[in-house]
Amino acid sequence: MIVSRTDLAVLKPFRLGAAATSSEPWRFTLWHGVALLAALAVAIGIGEAQAQAAIGKPGIIETMIKWTPLLLQGFALNIAMSFLAMAIGTVVGVPLGLAQISLLPPIRGSSWFVTQFFRNSPWLVLLFYCMLLLPFEVRIGDTVVPLPGWLKSTIGLSLPVMANVSELVRGAVRSIPYTQWEAAESLAMTRRQTLWMIILPQCVKRMTPPWMNLYAILTVATPLTSVVGVSEAMTLTGDILSSEGRTELLVPMYLYLLLFFFIYCYPIARATIALEKRFQVR
Amino acid sequence: MMVWTPDQPIVRLKDVHKSFSALTVLKGISLDVMKGEVICIIGPSGSGKSTLLRCVNALVPIERGSITVEGQEVNDPKLDKLALRRKVGMVFQQYNLFPHKTALENVMMAPIHVLKRDRKEVEAQALALIKKVRLEGKEHVYPGELSGGQQQRIAIARSLAMNPDVMLFDEVTAALDPETVKGVLVTIRELAEDGMTCMIVTHEMGFAREVANQVYFTDGGLLVEHGPPKEFFANPRDPRTKQFMDQIL
Repeated sequence: MIVSRTDLAVLKPFRLGAAATSSEPWRFTLWHGVALLAALAVAIGIGEAQAQAAIGKPGIIETMIKWTPLLLQGFALNIAMSFLAMAIGTVVGVPLGLAQISLLPPIRGSSWFVTQFFRNSPWLVLLFYCMLLLPFEVRIGDTVVPLPGWLKSTIGLSLPVMANVSELVRGAVRSIPYTQWEAAESLAMTRRQTLWMIILPQCVKRMTPPWMNLYAILTVATPLTSVVGVSEAMTLTGDILSSEGRTELLVPMYLYLLLFFFIYCYPIARATIALEKRFQVR
Repeated sequence: MMVWTPDQPIVRLKDVHKSFSALTVLKGISLDVMKGEVICIIGPSGSGKSTLLRCVNALVPIERGSITVEGQEVNDPKLDKLALRRKVGMVFQQYNLFPHKTALENVMMAPIHVLKRDRKEVEAQALALIKKVRLEGKEHVYPGELSGGQQQRIAIARSLAMNPDVMLFDEVTAALDPETVKGVLVTIRELAEDGMTCMIVTHEMGFAREVANQVYFTDGGLLVEHGPPKEFFANPRDPRTKQFMDQIL
């Protein structure tokens, strides 16, 4: 006879908490920088040798210095887009994440769907959608607000950021031990009070390192916008190369651009690691 | 609705049933606690002791039976849970202090935000409570820097700050180092002597014998036997109680 019910304590199947145990996230390390500098040195060396063969042309380093101000201008746009996309993504993503832990099934379900949809869509596809679907200007009352390409693609980039922030919030809330809810409940605190005064303050700490990591990932994703024609550093590098028309410049120039991103993102990666270590101690 | 008067049981459980899916935890528990009384519930692990306590302040809903606290039915979908929990304080095995708040803030939080009391007045009360649990000087320390026993005493102060009528203690010394257990037990005993109604789930037999008015023994979701501590510990009647006592004493 098969006994399906038992009065004995049964070991329930073990389940990992969602998002609490994500694998090591991708991030810049010092080795990226070392490798980058080495490659750049070799590329410049080879380029210089080629340039010397072609008499009457300026050297590689000279050319790179000449274009640096323009590249920096383009790079500033990358940074601006990353800031703005992160801001939009966070401002929209936090409420979306909170909606994912709502007690109302329709709100929970729809916010889950939105999150999963944008989190699992390729960034480039979202970028194209925003470029093609958003108008080039919007009319608010009598004022016409233009929507330049860089702004549209920033909105495009903010969509996956929003979805990732939403998951960060959900995962962080879930990672707070259930006993914290119980303790607050037994003190007659409402769900709202518990969430805002007990749970979320503890989440901020847990969310900061992965949030910074997300920012670094977003920053290195901004050159995607060159595909849809935004004049950021990647596009400008292409323009510079075509105006120079020298093949020996190709490798050093792109490595030079990579170095920009590394110099900007590496400190963020270090700070993220430092914060993670500090928060683990408590 | 009947009006509750202090000569009636402050907490009354009648035929309480509770199961977690296929696992039946409580199979008909009935007991009365009078105002000012201290009851200790002992029994083997998994006998439903903790669940029983959690039912009293509606952290866990029950399936059948009735629980009343000061005449108010807990097993009622229209129950104002928050009103109930203002009357019933609870202390947990794992203390569950709020780690991002100092000891003082932990104690002050609920009176200020739930009872909407004046901050100055609450602070004075909180400082007095921290003094009462003998942790003066630790007011501005975070829970992570306190020992288990100290955290547990802050947790007791946090519950007391709500001025509850009944206190529930769920194996509050089970997670503590032996040398810190005593301080917590002394704190609870002082509370009991002050006339606080206490329901205590514990494994500390000596403590139960000393502090309880009634000792209950649970096994397999049932109350097997109960009695005043002297009789209960001297000659347990039920074989299961005997067996349990033999194992731990």
